[in-house]
Amino acid sequence: MYNPFSLKTKKILITGASSGIGQATAIECSKMGATVIITGRNKKRLNETFNKLEGDGHAQIVFDFENISGINDFINLIPCINGVVHCAGINDLTPFPFVNEKKLNKIFSTNFFTPVLITKEILKEKKLLKGGSVVFISSVSGPICSCSAGGLYSSTKGAIHGMAKGMALDLAVKKIRVNTVQPGNINTNIFKDGQLSKEQLQEDIKKYPLKRHGEPEEVAYAIIYLLSDASCWVTGSNLLIDGGFTLQ
Amino acid sequence: MELNDFLKKFASVFEETPIEKFSGDTKYMEMEEWGSLVALSVIAMVDDEYEVELQGDDIRNSNTINDLFEIIKSRL
Repeated sequence: MYNPFSLKTKKILITGASSGIGQATAIECSKMGATVIITGRNKKRLNETFNKLEGDGHAQIVFDFENISGINDFINLIPCINGVVHCAGINDLTPFPFVNEKKLNKIFSTNFFTPVLITKEILKEKKLLKGGSVVFISSVSGPICSCSAGGLYSSTKGAIHGMAKGMALDLAVKKIRVNTVQPGNINTNIFKDGQLSKEQLQEDIKKYPLKRHGEPEEVAYAIIYLLSDASCWVTGSNLLIDGGFTLQ
Repeated sequence: MELNDFLKKFASVFEETPIEKFSGDTKYMEMEEWGSLVALSVIAMVDDEYEVELQGDDIRNSNTINDLFEIIKSRL
């Protein structure tokens, strides 16, 4: 059957696959025929993702990238891949007067340094094949807007947004494409510690022309496009998946 | 950890409310200046000053400043 978005014969590495966008991406990629290598910190939830994957040949690697020097060890565990999607990310709503070096280091480490350095090591070990695809999760927050107490998160996404463009230029010679997706507010666990109440989330929903927050699958579909051969002439771009939020 | 000291730190997070309005019995969520940004500032201040992590639910399920004081003391 004709399908330009098929991921058959492709091996895709997905970080942050224990939950949220990473979990949805892993599952949807498997449905599109990809062999996926999923990684995350939480063994139980990563295994739940693994059990929902379609097809076989997939792999799961429980790994905590908190220690950045562990990245080298991790790369030895993965095969050659056609694509990588960096979904591991955290938020930390902190009013600016309380931003400090510790918070900056923590959020930048997870949201920026780790995905960038993982990509670098994958390339150094020649594990990303020619014609491959790198996808970062950017956000509307950062490159376009921010929110109350959102400076820490925004700054990491602004950084990723910029790095993706530089990387896209440098890797074009290898026919490796680098793109981002820019989600609005998505229904995931990122606020599971209750930083935002149900009422606050309901208030936020009113700001969306399409009158709801997004689902993780809706971001995964855009990622599938960027991983597939359909986007082989697309690099340095950003797919906006925001329910119309930034129109106003 | 002492209540008066905590009241001063709690009050410092507010911009417009004078310190006299703050006591152990103050129902902080009924204060005019209260809002989500102030709530996040309280959480950040407590983490900074006492290295205790308050969750959104701790703030929403408590009533008075003293309630919060007791929660923080129990987690020191």
